[in-house]
Amino acid sequence: MRRFLLIAIPYAWLTVLFLVPFAIVFKISLSDYAVSIPPYVPQFDWAEGIMAFIRELDFENFVFLTEDDLYWKAYLSSLKIAISATFLTLCVGYPIAYGMARAPEEWRPTLMMLVILPFWTSFLIRVYAWMGILSNEGYLNQVLLWTGIINEPLTILNTNTAVYIGIVYTYLPFMILPVYSALDRLDGSLIEAAEDLGCSRAKAFWLVTIPLSRPGIIAGCFLVFIPTLGEFVIPSLLGGSGTLMIGKVLWEEFFSNRDWPVASAVAVILLLILVIPIVLFQRNQQKQAEAEQ
Amino acid sequence: MQSSKFAPWDDPDAKPLIRFKNVTKRFGEFTAIDNLTLDIYEREFFALLGPSGCGKTTMMRMLAGFESPTEGVIELAGQDIAPVPPNKRAVNMMFQSYALFPHLSVWDNIAFGLRRDRMPKRDVEDRVEEMLRLVRLEKFAKRKPHQISGGQRQRVALARSLAKAPKLLLLDEPLGALDKKLRQDTQFELMDIQEKTGTTFVIVTHDQEEAMTVASRVAVMDQGQLMQVSTPDRIYETPNSVYVADFIGDVNIIQGRATPEGEETYRIDWSEGVQPLTAKSSNEFAAGQTCHLAIRPEKVAITAERPEDAANAVQGRVHDIAYLGNLSTYYVELPNGTIIKAQTSNTRRISRRTFTWEDTVWLSWTATAGVLLAN
Repeated sequence: MRRFLLIAIPYAWLTVLFLVPFAIVFKISLSDYAVSIPPYVPQFDWAEGIMAFIRELDFENFVFLTEDDLYWKAYLSSLKIAISATFLTLCVGYPIAYGMARAPEEWRPTLMMLVILPFWTSFLIRVYAWMGILSNEGYLNQVLLWTGIINEPLTILNTNTAVYIGIVYTYLPFMILPVYSALDRLDGSLIEAAEDLGCSRAKAFWLVTIPLSRPGIIAGCFLVFIPTLGEFVIPSLLGGSGTLMIGKVLWEEFFSNRDWPVASAVAVILLLILVIPIVLFQRNQQKQAEAEQ
Repeated sequence: MQSSKFAPWDDPDAKPLIRFKNVTKRFGEFTAIDNLTLDIYEREFFALLGPSGCGKTTMMRMLAGFESPTEGVIELAGQDIAPVPPNKRAVNMMFQSYALFPHLSVWDNIAFGLRRDRMPKRDVEDRVEEMLRLVRLEKFAKRKPHQISGGQRQRVALARSLAKAPKLLLLDEPLGALDKKLRQDTQFELMDIQEKTGTTFVIVTHDQEEAMTVASRVAVMDQGQLMQVSTPDRIYETPNSVYVADFIGDVNIIQGRATPEGEETYRIDWSEGVQPLTAKSSNEFAAGQTCHLAIRPEKVAITAERPEDAANAVQGRVHDIAYLGNLSTYYVELPNGTIIKAQTSNTRRISRRTFTWEDTVWLSWTATAGVLLAN
């Protein structure tokens, strides 16, 4: 009975805060736009009964998503940006995690602190700070002009480059922490054994360190990829009109167009796309847990 | 038996495979190896024995190439190995933790070193099969290291380090993780494999029994220095210091003052009002010099009556008995409070034991039973 109660708490949490809202969003995605409050029909009415209510629902909005190429282009572009940004974050994060794992024992808590430190300020403020750095009159351009590396200020803000910088910066800790924890557990004698058996340093890294940190790499990539795919704040603040991401489209559909049914359909499809990597991520975690037993 | 035939260390013309020449290794302020000189010969099974922190692992890591000496030279087959990185040395190591690659199968672990040498695929397969046969693991080739037992892992590690047919194999506490029974079996297996492959083995261990069992020669180390390097029987029978005598096996140490009494014979006054002891020794002692008589418990006889022909005999009371199954160790307290250990084989059933607690007994030993040591 007590065990049942313990399991019931997370399930109740998930039901109330995830399943019920999702059911509501799903219902709205099957409704029609209307000038009313809330802006969709049908509304549930006890007098007409549940069957009449269900009969009025249809998949019209999902069909609409396939007809207007804005949507699938936004999905594809989001995927592209998310995949590239995840790869970039890995390229930046792996060396940092590797350096941390190899640092003297007494330094590691400090280094870990430095990685986590940005979380102490608001995410929004940090993104605004990047606007100050990357704008045409920003600090980056000032420094580059002053040192004479460039003559004309670089246009970075409001381009995809700025979006990539913002994503890599924001999600870097989510990459570093799992990779670091995988590298930290790596037994140093394995590298020595590889060298002893004829590997150069680089070869030992490629044949032993990389494969053994793979669970950390996979976990880090998913932790970056999943939130990046639906990212809305970074593309709307740092990206320009050319930056097409589904999170931005979703926001505009909801707040500018006030077309809740279409916006809900966009959200449902986004969730379905995300289910695939989430399931893969779970499987990776499970496999890792089994291997450690 | 083998040591009578195989003894290159007694041959002045023999060329050592490994030569440590005045090697010193410091880690900051700490001196791990202190001006050490040592020769190890081909086909030897050489044991480095000592307590933890004595520098034995540092010696091994210098041979493997993971550390380099601060001073002095290490030669392998006549060549200074300092400039050779670990991956270019004809030396392989079996790690204490085994260091098997967890993401590779047993087969791939053994093939790892061979593939790095760009050996043809067919030859790699043959060699791996041969190694699997050698350690009797043919059936486990496809398993991952976490799917086999500790003893099997140990054999995979051995096969992997032997696969490249190194000139020298280093074994760092190879049997430390195994339980006693398995350890004893594996010791003989190791000796077998060493003989079959003709590889020179250097083993690091803190287990003196293990060193005595497997090694052709044992080096007893303490605080970065070699205390004694010799065959197991000589280390046991004629230790050169109280430290070595005490480290190897069980021993009674009696401190006293030596007085020469004829050729190589000394009288030892060791306690007021107790009859002096007699011991033969080839080591020279001046009259009145402090000396230590080291005598193994199994060389002390325990009897009810005073034996008539014994060179040394003392009377005492049985203070304690340690029953080991095959042996019994009697802790006999002498009137002056000294405790002397005497060991006997339990040839009769325990219910028929001759002596029991609080019995008055005589301990006796011959003049040549002990070793007289200066320090």
